[in-house]
Amino acid sequence: MTAPALRLGNVCKSFGRTEIIRGVDLRVPEHERHAIIGPNGAGKSTLFNLISARFPVSSGTIELKGENVTGLRPFEIHRRGLSRSFQISNIFHNLSVFDNVRCAVLWPLGYRYSFWHRLSQLRDAAERADKIIEAIGLWRRRATPASRLSYAEQRALEIGITVAGGAEVILLDEPTAGMSHTETAEAVALIRRMTEGRTLVMVEHDMSVVFGLADRVSVLVYGQIIATGTPAEIRQDPAVREAYLGSGFADA
Amino acid sequence: MKAPFSGNRLIVLAGYLAVIVVAPLVSTRGYWLSLLCQIGITTIFALSFNMLLGQTGLLSFGHAVYFGLGAFATVHLLRAVHEHSWRFPVTLLPLAGGVAGLLFGIALGYVTTRRAGTTFAMISLGIGEMVAASSLMFPGFFGGEGGLSSNRVTSPGWFGITYGSPLQMYYLIAGWAFLSIVGMYLLTDTPLGRMANAVRDNPERAEFVGFDPQWVRYLMVVLAGFFAGVAGGLTALNYEIVTAETLSTATSGIVIMMAFVGGIGHFTGPIIGAALITVLRIAVAGITEAWPFYFGILFTVLVLYAPGGIAGIVAEHKRLYEAGQLGRALQDYLLGLLPFALCASGVITLVEMAYALANTSEPGSAPLHLFGLTLNAARPLGWAPPVIALTVGALLLRAISRRMAARRDTLYASLLQRQA
Repeated sequence: MTAPALRLGNVCKSFGRTEIIRGVDLRVPEHERHAIIGPNGAGKSTLFNLISARFPVSSGTIELKGENVTGLRPFEIHRRGLSRSFQISNIFHNLSVFDNVRCAVLWPLGYRYSFWHRLSQLRDAAERADKIIEAIGLWRRRATPASRLSYAEQRALEIGITVAGGAEVILLDEPTAGMSHTETAEAVALIRRMTEGRTLVMVEHDMSVVFGLADRVSVLVYGQIIATGTPAEIRQDPAVREAYLGSGFADA
Repeated sequence: MKAPFSGNRLIVLAGYLAVIVVAPLVSTRGYWLSLLCQIGITTIFALSFNMLLGQTGLLSFGHAVYFGLGAFATVHLLRAVHEHSWRFPVTLLPLAGGVAGLLFGIALGYVTTRRAGTTFAMISLGIGEMVAASSLMFPGFFGGEGGLSSNRVTSPGWFGITYGSPLQMYYLIAGWAFLSIVGMYLLTDTPLGRMANAVRDNPERAEFVGFDPQWVRYLMVVLAGFFAGVAGGLTALNYEIVTAETLSTATSGIVIMMAFVGGIGHFTGPIIGAALITVLRIAVAGITEAWPFYFGILFTVLVLYAPGGIAGIVAEHKRLYEAGQLGRALQDYLLGLLPFALCASGVITLVEMAYALANTSEPGSAPLHLFGLTLNAARPLGWAPPVIALTVGALLLRAISRRMAARRDTLYASLLQRQA
């Protein structure tokens, strides 16, 4: 049996005396689309920040494809094949859309810190970036500085930067937050396309997105996972129903 | 593989090369050549500074450290060449400065680049002070108050090129300046160069696409140190003396000014700024004692009203031209000319009167010759006309600039709409 794409073992995180994540165990097998849901303040974003090493864990282990990556720096984890997006668009605002995406393919293509390659001559980097830009529907905005994009366009660019490097494990933090219905539908189609053949872990509030995309769902409440299962199982789970009582879960 | 330069860029480059080759022929006066030499050196220095500020987002208050240490390394090597009769070509001596700048970049950059932002600025200031202080603590290496001197002519040279004459020295500087500019320009089109921009914009995101922002900053500091060192080496050869002033905080300050006045957002900005500030420094200093004061005013006004510097102003007018609005902008400027002249004459008169008053030895009399008039700064009523001129000019300028700003806003709004 192959190692899971991502495995968390008893991960804890406290800020001062406040425990935010209280012993999370999670196994995400390869090629699974896994959603993490939970009420506000449950610690979903914190959990993402721990997995991607934005914050160090207080205790517990994180394994990526069977390798222990606990305590590594974010760029080291990225180089081992985990890429993430942010809830608030985190892009290079003075650079063009093209440069934003191209920056994300440089390390995986092996150019690293090179100051002996001419960037404008790197066909492979340009082609790969262009493919991504076309896929995220920003072809017409290719030369536009990222700061001038609309909100939805910035969200699409955020996903583009995240997947451009070809990471096998993709973490998306509320990819459709703040979007209209049509924009959300487009974003879901985009995520489906871009994560084909990869492992996806996402935090999402929109239940239609969660149940439309996810193979399995984990429910995080007060820093603990209270249930993991297929969308159908989660819908039936009494503990989940209780945690979500009155928060719009019935609409899903 | 395509040629490194093509099309328009090749034309710009060839034009630049032509200018630096022909420039010394414009005037035969000695100060013209020495001015050109200084411009060449400060151009390299200012561009290397902007590798940090403009490209990587690192504001260094101690960039003169690399410039000065490069200069001292070069003068030491030059002295050794004389002492041991080594056959080391003078042409390559600035490289010694570059290597010194590189090595100090490796040593000091490791400390300074651990953090960006204000922390980097403060650490660079601290290290700048440390190195400047040690220049007086170790007179053996830095030559103490008097500095270190040497003679740049070491051998009969090939084809009579000994760099003994100022013209030959100029071409040495011009050659190194050209190579350095091309080198730094090419660096902007490399993976490291682009990631430096990325780290400037958003170091956290850079980390999440696989790059260590600290390492990107470190490499940029080391490379900038190399070019600053080359500039320092050229200074050592040009003046044949190196004093502690080359690595002082004043030198670090002037390079910030050059980059800002020229514009840190464009590659050409520091080139413009270096030339302009060098010329102004010599020209204005020849006219008035109060030149540092005028520099302060120029710098403040520019940072306030044109934060993009001269290169930014040029770029904006290019956009206006493309939008067919340049004519109207020029009309506004014409309208603003008189108020501007009023303002400027008011400021100049006030500053000169203040200086005259401060420097007079006779009570009740502070004569001053200005604009063909003889003024007496000691007479209180004499201060009224410049104050009135300044006030009226400033009010008029404000009205005109408001009109211009309103029009520009509508213009950009329509441009953005057309884009969308």
